[in-house]
Amino acid sequence: MPQIIFTRALERFLATPAVTVEGATLGAALAAVFAARPVLRGYVLDDQGGLRRHVAVYLNGQPVADRVGLSDPVGPRDEIYVFQALSGG
Amino acid sequence: MSDRLHVGTRKGLFELARRDRGWEIAGVHFLGDPVTAVLAQQGGEVYAALDLGHFGAKLWRREGAGSWHEMAAPVYPPKPQDRGDDPHPWSLARIWALEPGGVAGRLWAGTMPGGLFRSDDGGASWALNEALWLMPERRQWEGVAGGEQPGISTVLVDPRDPDDIRIGVSIAGVWASRDGGASWRLINRGMYNEYMPPERREDPITQDIHRLARCAAHPDILWCQHHNGVFRSTDAGATWHELTAIRPAKFGFAVAAHPCDPQTAWFVPAVKDERRVPVDARVVVARTRDGGASFEVLSRGLPQRHAYDLVLRHALAVDESGERLAFGSTTGGLWLSEDGGESWTMPEARLPPIAVVRFALH
Repeated sequence: MPQIIFTRALERFLATPAVTVEGATLGAALAAVFAARPVLRGYVLDDQGGLRRHVAVYLNGQPVADRVGLSDPVGPRDEIYVFQALSGG
Repeated sequence: MSDRLHVGTRKGLFELARRDRGWEIAGVHFLGDPVTAVLAQQGGEVYAALDLGHFGAKLWRREGAGSWHEMAAPVYPPKPQDRGDDPHPWSLARIWALEPGGVAGRLWAGTMPGGLFRSDDGGASWALNEALWLMPERRQWEGVAGGEQPGISTVLVDPRDPDDIRIGVSIAGVWASRDGGASWRLINRGMYNEYMPPERREDPITQDIHRLARCAAHPDILWCQHHNGVFRSTDAGATWHELTAIRPAKFGFAVAAHPCDPQTAWFVPAVKDERRVPVDARVVVARTRDGGASFEVLSRGLPQRHAYDLVLRHALAVDESGERLAFGSTTGGLWLSEDGGESWTMPEARLPPIAVVRFALH
């Protein structure tokens, strides 16, 4: 089962330990996390269900291709990293 | 009089309390996070809207002296296929106005990109007002600089009737509902925009409503700081008269209405458009006590040399007595008055840029 690891920047707002979930696509894997942690959804996805503009998701070290439909396939040994794009201020 | 003030800044929410020695910071919350709206209700609940940038707009609530809990943030519904030409996104960018609805548990949230949301359970859940959002005219709403999306800057609920609502939109005029939000009408007449092409100058939907304020005891009296000047309405926002006596400038963002006296209001003018700093680098408050026929320029206790403080639209507030006022600036200046604006003091603090100040309701 794929593992999802969240940026520690989220820990200030809510608990996000790494989890192992069912799911054959990025969208399905994230949905499995959000089912257990509904508030987390709004931190990662926008209102239309795509990745937030300044949230990055890497699959085995590469950025995911489909940021809108979340259709990238994921395998049982894959690692998904969710983190924030950098910005100043 | 209110003894508690909440100051929302680019880097956290600062809670000030009036103690024997004066106003002091009594609490620091969400340090590091931008606060875009705050509401301190009767009964002690405090709501804070955050804009976390990467992670979106959020809403938190604290009850009394307890701890903060994250509430559901308003969420826009799925965008239908046939709305592909909508010029504005269907996704929450910012909670910009947060107001009690006049009914137990009811709240209204005005947002960017222009959606109005209602909660009937104290912020636990929210529903988009579809009557307003799905109006064809909404496509003519224009974005505001900085956000580049339209925003509902003000929500006014008539204290006599919770179904009678006005909203001010940057940039789309004043809209009214008399049926609790089931239907909406663009109502403003009498405003004008100097920067528009001549044929659109008086078009109600092109008016940039920086901020509206209402006299609570005389709810038909509304004041407006408009992009192009200051205006007053005596018929709850339908017809507006420009107050040309405003000085030292007619540009600004903020306005506060006296809660009891329909003739009194406060503004914080600035050099317009091109510079957006105080006139002659002197921070002043303009007050009228005669319905806008004349204005006094109040400066006692305010910096009068090399002060470049700009006061944004939610950063001026008056309490329920009309005696206590507060305003905060984009350079972190915060001033309080306890005599209706005659004199001002600055608490001992150097704050981040201030977006919103609000007294707690008693």
